[in-house]
Formats: sequence, C-alpha cells, structure tokens
Amino acid sequence: MNKNNPAGSVLVIGGGITGMQSAIDLAESGFYVYLVEETSAIGGKMAQLDKTFPTNDCAM
Amino acid sequence: MDKCIACGACTKKCPGKKPDEYNEGIISRKAIYVPYPQAVPLKYAIDPEICLYLQKGKCGTCKKVCPTGAINYDDKEEQVTLKVGSVIVTAGFKAFNPAKLDQYQHGTLPNVVTSLEFERYLSAGGPTAGHIKRPSDGKEPRKIAWLQCVGSRDINKCDNEYCSSVCCMYAIKEAVIAREHLGKDCRPAIFFMDLRSHGKEFEKYYNRAKADGVRFIRSRVHSITEIDQSGTLDLRYVTESGDIMNETFDMVVLSIGMEAPDSIMDLAGTLGIELNQYHFVKTDDLSPVATSKPGIYVAGVAQGCKDIPQSVMEASAAACSAGISLARARGSLVREKIFPPEKQITGQEPRIGVFVCNCGVNIGGIADVPAVVEYAKTLPGVTYAEENLFSCSQDTQDKMVEVIREQNLNRVVVAACTPRTHEPLFQETLRNANLNPYLFEMANIRNQCTWVHSDNKEIATRKAKNLVSMSVSRARLLEAVPALSVNVDKSALVVGGGVAGMTAALSLANQGFPATIVEKTEELGGAARDIHKTWQGQDVQKFLKDLISKVENHPDINVMINAEITGASGFVGNFETMIAAGGNTSIVRHGATIIATGGQASETDEYLLGKNPNVTRWHDLEHNPDKLKKAESVVFIQCVGSRDEKRPYCSRICCTASIKQAILAKDLNPGADVYVLYRDIRTFGDREVLYKEARNKGVIFIRYSLENKPVVQEVEGGLEVLVFDPVLQKKLAIQADLVNLATAIVPHDNEKLASLYKLSMNEDKFFMEAHAKLRPVDFATDGLFLCGLAHYPKPIEENIAQAMAAASRAATILSKPSIQVSPLVSQINAEKCIGCGLCVSICPFGAIELEEIEGKGKRAKNISASCKGCGLCASSCPQKAIDMLHFRDEQIVAAVIAAA
Repeated sequence: MNKNNPAGSVLVIGGGITGMQSAIDLAESGFYVYLVEETSAIGGKMAQLDKTFPTNDCAM
Repeated sequence: MDKCIACGACTKKCPGKKPDEYNEGIISRKAIYVPYPQAVPLKYAIDPEICLYLQKGKCGTCKKVCPTGAINYDDKEEQVTLKVGSVIVTAGFKAFNPAKLDQYQHGTLPNVVTSLEFERYLSAGGPTAGHIKRPSDGKEPRKIAWLQCVGSRDINKCDNEYCSSVCCMYAIKEAVIAREHLGKDCRPAIFFMDLRSHGKEFEKYYNRAKADGVRFIRSRVHSITEIDQSGTLDLRYVTESGDIMNETFDMVVLSIGMEAPDSIMDLAGTLGIELNQYHFVKTDDLSPVATSKPGIYVAGVAQGCKDIPQSVMEASAAACSAGISLARARGSLVREKIFPPEKQITGQEPRIGVFVCNCGVNIGGIADVPAVVEYAKTLPGVTYAEENLFSCSQDTQDKMVEVIREQNLNRVVVAACTPRTHEPLFQETLRNANLNPYLFEMANIRNQCTWVHSDNKEIATRKAKNLVSMSVSRARLLEAVPALSVNVDKSALVVGGGVAGMTAALSLANQGFPATIVEKTEELGGAARDIHKTWQGQDVQKFLKDLISKVENHPDINVMINAEITGASGFVGNFETMIAAGGNTSIVRHGATIIATGGQASETDEYLLGKNPNVTRWHDLEHNPDKLKKAESVVFIQCVGSRDEKRPYCSRICCTASIKQAILAKDLNPGADVYVLYRDIRTFGDREVLYKEARNKGVIFIRYSLENKPVVQEVEGGLEVLVFDPVLQKKLAIQADLVNLATAIVPHDNEKLASLYKLSMNEDKFFMEAHAKLRPVDFATDGLFLCGLAHYPKPIEENIAQAMAAASRAATILSKPSIQVSPLVSQINAEKCIGCGLCVSICPFGAIELEEIEGKGKRAKNISASCKGCGLCASSCPQKAIDMLHFRDEQIVAAVIAAA
C-alpha cells in the first residue's frame, strides 16, 4: 500500500453492532466500506438479546 | 439474491431441519432460512450442510415453489480480492460453553439454561413467544436462580481468569424482565461474588432490582442436583458466614461469560496482528484501538470483554483511526446517486395511482386483491389502480416508474407490507419518476391485515379496502416537501482541554478539520495530571506531555486558555459560540461541538481527610508514592462518596486504581500489611488479573457494607481503622500508618454550559447521551458530541477511545460540504402563536426558540436543522399554531375519517 496514495476504502471484519457502527461512521465520512459477515445476516449477538440494560430498550 | 423477495414460500416446504442457532438450539430451523424475521439483508439462504438437494441431489422443492426464480443451487463460494486502505477487526466473541463445567449439569438437567438461552425465552420473537416456560414440563417457573461468573473469574477448569464485564448487569436485567413477565409470584435470586454494576446508570438499576424483590446472594453455588426427576433443582452453597445451605429452584440460569471466537487465531495470522494471552486482539492502553500492525484497528469484544456502549465507542474510535490514516483519500471511492429533476405539482388536482401487492400468497392468498383494486378505482382522486405479484421486485419498480409518467400521476399509494422496511424503496421509485418522495403513502395490508386475519378472507378483504381508503384520503392531501440541506462549517469547537478534549481535537485536526479548544483553566491536561500509570503500567505523564505538545504545535488547532463560553447559538453545521478569554470576547463559528469538560476526584470530610496528614486520597498518593515505602500498615478505603444515597453511582476506576497502589505498596515494602476495605471489587475485564496479583502478594481484602462503614480514628502512635469482617464475623481494629481514600469521581459544574447548548444532564450531573447503548457519544441535538469524564467516570483508555469516537461522529458532519436533514419538521403559524414558550420548553432537541417580533412580542421560531419531527410541540401547542409537515392535522384527520 502506497502511504502517500492510500485507497479510500476500509474492510470491516464482523457485522455485529461494533462492525456496523464502524461501517456507518466511515461511509458517512466519505469512505467506501466492505462489511464482511460470516453468517447470512448482520446484527451479531445483540440481535439475539431481548432487551438491554439499563433502559430496558428492545435490543432488536 | 436480488430476486429473493423474502416471501417465505421456500422455507414452508423445505424438509431440512437443524437446531436454530439464533434461538440457541431451543427450536429447529429449515435448510433454507432467514436467521430471524428482521434480518438484514432479508434474503433466504440455503444451509448446504443439510440441504437435501445439495447433499444428495434430491428434493429441489424450494426452486419449484419460488415465485421469482431466486434459487440457484449452482452458486459457489467465490474468492474476491479487495483493495482497501485500512482494516477494522470487529470479530466479536463466542459465548462460553458451560458443558465443560460438570457441576452445573447444563445439557443434562433440562431446567438449567444459559443466559443466552434465557434471552430467547424472554423474547417475544423467541421460541416461546416471550412466555417463560420450564424446558422440562412447560410450566411457568416461580423461583429462578442466576449463577454468576460461569466461565469467568476462575481457572479451576477450562474457564477464564478475566471478568466478562457484562454478566452482572444482564443477569439483573433478565431477573427484572422475568418478574415483569411472570408477575409478583416470581422470585428471582442472583448468586454472585462481587456485583459489578460499574457503568452509567447501572448502580441505580441494581438498587431498583433489589427494591423490587430480586434477591442477591453472595456465594458461588457448589452443585446442582435434580430432585426425584421432578425438574425442581436443589442448589447447594455456602453463605459468607460459613453456613451450608440447600435451596430449591424451578429453573437455573447460568450467566455465561465471553471468549475470543475460534476464528480469531486464523484471522490474526492472516492479518499479522498480535493477540493477548486470552486470544483477544492486543492493544495498548494509550492507543486503545490500534493493533500491533499499522493500518489495522480493532473494536468491541474482539479486543476484550466489554458492554455495548463501550463497543460502539470503540467502533467509532476505530473508524476515526482509519479516517486519519486515509484522510487524503476521503471521497475518492464513493459516488452519490443522482435523481432526475422533480416535477412541480402544486395546485394540480390529485391524480393518485394505487398499486396493490399480492406479496406472492402472503396477501393475495387471503384477501381478494382484484376486488381491492376495483374498490380503489372508485375512490375520489384515484386515476389508476393495478395489482402486482411483488411490488418490491425490480421489474415492478421499473414498471411503476413508467406508469407514473404515462398516467401523469402526482400521488402514489402502495398497498403492501410495512413502510418500516419498504417505504424508502418506493420513495426512491417516486424520485426516479420525477416525483417528490413525500407524495407517497403506504397501506400495510399484510402485517396488519392478511397476517392477522388469515382465517377469514371476507374480513381480510374488507379491512384491506378500508386501509386503502385511509391511505388514499391522506394521499389526496399530501404535498411535496422540499429536501432540506444545510451548509457545513468544516471546523469543530472542543470544550475542555484534558486528555479527552485534546484527543478529540487532535483526531479531527489530523483529518484536516480545524479545531478550537476552550480550556477554562490556565493549562491543558485536566484530570490526567493526577495519574501516573495506566492499569497496565504505561506512563501517563509522558503521554500527556507528548499530547499537549502535539496539540499546541498543530497548525489546525487553536487553544484558548483561561477561556469561558458565554453564549451559544446555531445548529448542526453552523454553530456560533461566544468565548471570553483574556478580557476579550470572540465569536467562533464551527460545524460541530464536542463537550469534554471532564471531572475530578471529590473532596470528603469522612475518615479524617484534611484532619490527619496520613489520610490521603488515591491521587494524592499517586503523586507521592514514596509514602508507601515507609508505611508498615496501609489501609485503602473504597467507595468514599460513591454508591451511597448522595451519589448512587459507581466511580468505575477506583477498585483498579487502589488495587494497583496496594500492589505497589507490597512491591515497595513486601513486609507491610496492606488492607483494602471494599464493598464489591469491580476489576472488570482483564483488570481482574490485578485483583488476583494483589491477593497473591498478600493484600488483605475486607468487605464492608454501607450500613456498617469503617471508622478511622487517631490513636497514640498513628491511626486506627475499625471494620467488621463478615468472614470472621468479628470487628477488627487495624493499626495504620497510612489511610488512603478512593473518593468519588464527580463532573465539573456544567449547569451553564448545559443551558447554553440546551444539553440534558442526569441526576448525578453527568451529561446525557442520545441513547445509552447505541449513541454513547452523540447528544440528542445534532452536531453536538460528548466524551470523557463529563459523560461518566472511566479509565484513561476508555476516555481516549470515547474522544476518538466523538471525533469520528463529528467527522461524519464535517466531511460534507452540506448535510441533508429530514425535512419533516414543525411549521409554526406566527399569526396564531402567542409566544407562551411551551413548545420551547418541551422540545427535546433545542429546535424551537422564541424570537422578538417588533410590536408583537415573542414568537416561536423553528430551527429546522435541529428538528426531529417528533411532534411534541404540535400536540402541546394550546393555540394549535404548530403543524408537522407530512403529518399535518388535516392529513391525519382525513385518514381517521376514512376509517370511521
């Protein structure tokens, strides 16, 4: 990779809540993002949770 | 994949079966499946391991029943090569498998479940539709026990020595929700070692749970046995005072910890990044998201156990790091979609097109869709109606664009599924057909109609007609809402010049966005000036000196010291802040605002602080560690001013900080007696190793309760500390040369700043983020961000990550010349407004202000860029002077009248 002429794209490995947030921030600030997830849907472990503490908001 | 419209016909007929991973194997799923109904992308996938066709060449049913020809058995895995400038590892974790621990009998006793399984039982979308049932007999359990630290804080078997950081809180949450589901008869009990509620608002949650009937028992359960195959479980445990207890429960939940995923070893090898001894990605405290390889960053549990908000912060921090390293390539690979020009429709008679979707058999198999189409044609304003097999498929979308143009339609109604998933798609179709996207209305005749009336065609058809009539009535009154965009000033204002503020400013300036730091004292540095080492031993003062030098020498950072903010106005992209410094007041224009006003260790008059020179606070000792050399007996007292009535929160950093000093005391003088008087030890995550090290080195830990606090008194020759030891069941008198107090971390006085920028604070006077889990650095008002101790007490590595996160969020605004904001905002009729100001006080986003109109007095004025369209102002205005665009009273009333 040429340091002075880098590619304007980022690979994010893992499509859970963390990977999605990284991807959103990067895409919204002008970078092309490849979000790679090994299962057939993004969402990760958080999608399995019913509610979240301390607000009891629905996790989904 | 493009052809799949997720109608679900395939999965209904599929003969394959396998335990459903999403539901933790409690139920099974088919070979062709979506993991869950809300999955993104909502596309069915074939599991090749159990697909009969792929395994044996038989079956092929899904291909036969698929109405859109979306099944392709020949699809093969492909290797693709991507050229990227940076990589972020967010590989997450795997849940600990408790089968390895035979004392818990998971997998043998049906009523012993994991916490993740219990989440699925609680979920309305889960295998029992949210009804908690015992797996053995389907009965509702009454007594449920949670067992903490399963797979964490232990090295007896194949578990882990670290704390998983989240289990205490999720166990409390599950207990509270279980009680909501099962009613007052439900008696939850949590067996724990130390209760770790060290996050923002966590302690209050714990206190509420205690008050609400959740029992907390400080003990590690020895064994679980089933009584006479009845499903009832007998738990054997020892109380703190040494009594052996047996108690029966209907169900046991194992609070399983987190581990690095199996795939991380290969991934780390491929990427060439180092892992730590637990196989989490290795980082430094002072560069918390950087891996050992430049350009590769890590965030979330892949780096170590943490909760969701911390993971989200790190996610943004990693994005910030990538943004810095690729700053010059920003925008080089992204394209914006361009739509054809919008047609003006103002003043035209409504020409409504109604498209009724069959959704395969989802709607068409139940309601009489042709009858709904014929009915739609009779409604006033409707000039065209048709049915589609799948309105959302690409070919139908293309056709819809043609129809809109040919028929010269100026409003469109689609009667199909839910706008939640499909409205953006159809709005784009309108834009492609030269129409404003808000000339669109959706009638949900699937989820709210055919799915709930699947047994009655007549009722379903009647309701579908009714829903279409409501949508058409509303559509007649829809108006084009022009897009709203605001220009962006590409600079930021950072309030506070501590580590968080400086890191945020530097992270922005290094991406080319100028920043102004406003520091109220005479020097940069903040609370970090009192810390000498991070928990893993990195030199904080060296780091701080370096950071200050970078900030002061950066051409794009303007530092204002002895400065105070005296006025603020504006909105996202366009703030104006008045700053008084050195006798002058200047106005700074900025596109984003970062609040990093910090915090400090509190004072106390407890335990002789200030009265005896040998009573210190932990950071006094941090500056003067030599005191420990001479002391033969040192007592640390934890939770001084934290976790009490006045400050019902945990200060998060003190357990780790004091234990570090206790270890130092032992290292400097191995013969010294070192005591830590604590309430719960909260060395979360890998910090648990410090707790273990301290015990190994002979530091004595004595637990005290809030009701029975220690007493420090002066005696001849020094100090004496009296404390009740719950293990020995005795009151101890400890002679001490030095008493060190972990006083609470408190925010600075932020009242004025909060009122200037209209920011909310919690009861403890920490600033409130927009969402506790998902928006941990955003304020509710756009363009304002939060980081550091002003948010909540946290260690330096978390402050750095949060500051970088705030910079990342700010960069999403500053990187654009202008930003699109939702145009669905409030509209104020100045003629009707009486200037009462109710709307100003009720608006949660600071989006309405009062302005002086000459000769009329004050009138409300909306700040469109800050408005979220929630409608609180409109519904509370006593004069009915406020209406919401796209949700005008008359538009809503028209739909209601049509329904009646």
